[in-house]
Amino acid sequence: MTGSPVTDDGSWLIKGVTIPASGKQGEEPTSILLRGGSVTAIGPDLDHPGARTFDAGGLIALPGLVDLHTHLREPGREDAETVETGTAAAALGGYTAVHAMANTDPVADTAGVVEQVWRLGRAAGHCDVQPVGAVTVGLNGARLAELGTMADSAARVRVFSDDGRCVSDPLLMRRALEYVKAFDGVIAQHAQDPRLTEGAQLNEGEMSARLGLAGWPAVAEEAVIARDCLLAAHVGSALHVCHVSTAGSAEIIRWAKSKGWQVTAEVTPHHLLLTDELAAGYDPVFKVNPPLRTEADVAELRRALADGTIDCVATDHAPHPVEAKESEWAEAAFGMTGLETALRVVQRAMVDTGLLDWAGVADRMSVRPARIGRLTGHGTPLAPGAPGHLTLYDPAAPAEAVTPAGASKSRNTPFAGMELPGRVVATFLRGAPTVLDGKLA
Amino acid sequence: MKRHLISAADLSRADALLILDTAEELASLADRPIKKLPTLRGRTVVNLFYEDSTRTRISFEAAAKRLSADVINFSAKGSSVAKGESLKDTALTLEAMGADAVVIRHGASGAAHRLAGWVQGSVLNAGDGTHEHPTQALLDAFTIRRRLKGADARGTGLDGLRVTIVGDVLHSRVARSNVLLLSTLGAEVTLAAPPTLLPLAVGSWPCAVSYDLDSELPKSDVVMMLRVQQERMTAAYFPSVREYSRRYGLDAARMARLPGPAIVMHPGPMNRGVEIAAEVADSVRSTIVEQVANGVTTRMAVLYLLLGGMEFPATEVAQ
Amino acid sequence: MCAASSPVAGRDGLAVLDAEQIRRALTRIAHEILERTHGGDGVILLGIPTRGVPLARRLAARIGEFERLDVPCGSLDVTMHRDDLRLHPARALGRTDLPPGGVDGTTVVLVDDVLYSGRTVRAALDALNDLGRPRAVQLAVLVDRGHRELPIRADYVGKNLPTSQREVVHVLLTEVDGQDGVMISGEGRRP
Repeated sequence: MTGSPVTDDGSWLIKGVTIPASGKQGEEPTSILLRGGSVTAIGPDLDHPGARTFDAGGLIALPGLVDLHTHLREPGREDAETVETGTAAAALGGYTAVHAMANTDPVADTAGVVEQVWRLGRAAGHCDVQPVGAVTVGLNGARLAELGTMADSAARVRVFSDDGRCVSDPLLMRRALEYVKAFDGVIAQHAQDPRLTEGAQLNEGEMSARLGLAGWPAVAEEAVIARDCLLAAHVGSALHVCHVSTAGSAEIIRWAKSKGWQVTAEVTPHHLLLTDELAAGYDPVFKVNPPLRTEADVAELRRALADGTIDCVATDHAPHPVEAKESEWAEAAFGMTGLETALRVVQRAMVDTGLLDWAGVADRMSVRPARIGRLTGHGTPLAPGAPGHLTLYDPAAPAEAVTPAGASKSRNTPFAGMELPGRVVATFLRGAPTVLDGKLA
Repeated sequence: MKRHLISAADLSRADALLILDTAEELASLADRPIKKLPTLRGRTVVNLFYEDSTRTRISFEAAAKRLSADVINFSAKGSSVAKGESLKDTALTLEAMGADAVVIRHGASGAAHRLAGWVQGSVLNAGDGTHEHPTQALLDAFTIRRRLKGADARGTGLDGLRVTIVGDVLHSRVARSNVLLLSTLGAEVTLAAPPTLLPLAVGSWPCAVSYDLDSELPKSDVVMMLRVQQERMTAAYFPSVREYSRRYGLDAARMARLPGPAIVMHPGPMNRGVEIAAEVADSVRSTIVEQVANGVTTRMAVLYLLLGGMEFPATEVAQ
Repeated sequence: MCAASSPVAGRDGLAVLDAEQIRRALTRIAHEILERTHGGDGVILLGIPTRGVPLARRLAARIGEFERLDVPCGSLDVTMHRDDLRLHPARALGRTDLPPGGVDGTTVVLVDDVLYSGRTVRAALDALNDLGRPRAVQLAVLVDRGHRELPIRADYVGKNLPTSQREVVHVLLTEVDGQDGVMISGEGRRP
């Protein structure tokens, strides 16, 4: 990084970077010029006096990552996270936009709350915050929330979800799917049959039987997904499935897509890498909803992400204060943080195993999530004219153990102490850096 | 032996035999005028009971006192715990009090594991949620050996004995510990229960499974009845107490079909008339009363083996 | 120390007693017990595990031969009363088997293979104390190797064996080890 000799016009010249493209082996390093908030040029010998240069030798450039599923906790649970700290964590993870889930306190079921979250995001400035609206009032599953008003608000909500809870009433789910067609919305379902999972603590299987923890059976997720795919097809609407966690769920989604139905799906980084065996010591850092499953599930989820059956990776970043995770298992809260480690986990689970190349990662972590979220201005492949959102990543950085300490207020990462490859070196939002050299800019 | 006793899986066959043989030696203490040994003098054992269980707590208290240990009873009711103190904070308080061993009974599976991460002393699991109750399995094994292998069975396991455990296995910490320990000691274990009360993954356990109690009785040397809670009925585990009793209850007619020296066991407390008929509970085959005495002896053996020797180095951690 | 007529096989170290010498020592002790207890009146023999137990049985047999007297015989495990428990991992317990009449009012003769620091005997006295109230307690040992750390002495000694603390005394008995003999190994004693 050098200072500019001519008047600094706020532009950036990123030199020596590689832009992954599908099927191409050994792309040549090139340069990217960011000016006026956009990518204005890409080429090997770019120059622009007045631009600050960034030496990106050895790095790859991905379009800025988009998270379809984050919990920023504000308003209401600022002890765990705020929009400021959550978006800082997101930027450090290479994200330029996050969808903030609605299970705040008060619930984001009105224009007022979603606009508040949207404004907090703009004020913090670390990444764009796109609020998600609740499907039902108070997440109670009884009455539809004012979806249309939220869509028309300044926050321009398009993704609606009761995440944390399942919209289990089939009639209500049908109505919600139908209603959002009016403004090109999408219902994102947290698939969990409540009756089959009362008091559930861990995936129902050998581990839960051995540890004496109430089981969360895979069928409780799969049955709801199957029903919702059929409903979406019946009314001709769009369904997005949150945090797919079982092999069976992936197969059902593959079937639904084969019918041409508008079904999309996401998987979390932790479900691509971790299994329920980690619960052996009863450490609640591994307690999450949906739960960690088996090796067979992990393998199928990876395959499904590789072949596009699962469209994208979404972190389901769920911060919790220390006391919520320091008790006996049954008392502890469900959830894991994930924004800062997502790309590294995906590298370990998908790229280093040969299942997905970096162009595929760009598609699954930026292009598709933006498309599913109907988020204009994000998820555009890097080309002249594209918005200036990009992530510079070093896949060859030596593997380092993850520390719980980070920008997030919370420390509940399941990857603590685990060696993960790679490093997010810089993140640019609208042509200006939010992260440089792995630190907030 | 390791520093803690949290799961029956912590015990190898050699460990388990050592405990049973030690208990055999300590059993004669009950017949002596002075029912006390000086071995744990000056050591402090804390009974940390979050669940009401007078019977088990008294058993541990008697065991510790007979070894001359100081006992501190900490029950959840009306204590700082009732006011919302976390398990971790309670653990730190016990550390500060210098507890050499903590005997914990708690409603959450894994509570003993968590506690072991927070205290320096030994942790003895007296029952954690639906996970395990290892000293119950030890006293059960001791009872079986005494009754069926004779007075002097030192050094021998339970090889060749067929044990049938009947009832709500899914929610039973006694069942989990017994399946592990009895099979470690060489017994053949069969679980008899309706399918709803067996974990789906029970096929991976070291035991056989049967839905038909009557077919198992003639080939059982030991029948161990588990308590069935009435609340399971409302959660649709079985249609009615009457049907449960009819299909899985041990009544006098079923008891008559047991082979000659077979014994009937129950960890207590019993639901007379539900899983076990009164005349069975009071019959000569029943070991229910001696299980209580054996409980003190086996717990003495465990306390001696955990605390009686050299202290474990502080770096050794449960997990 | 002259060489043994039947050398003790299979161990490093110097043989100091052979089977024949052990037999004679036990015979002598049996006579001494009868002498000092007025013909074995009210005597019970309690062997301290492990090797004190077969020694006690042999003494009881000997006395039975000489006087046609049935001397009650048993074992007394002292593990729980030891003062050095915290220095080792918890040990397995030996058997405590008291004769049917108990110990009250009897003359208990404790029997052990080696008397060294005296701590084992102290533990035995404590253990005995909790079992009842003997009229008297005496001690018979096969070997006294010196280096007492407590004011304890034996009433009957098979052999006095001065040793250095760096040496180890091994007592072998047929009932436990398949052969009889006493060996010393360690510095200064080469076979």
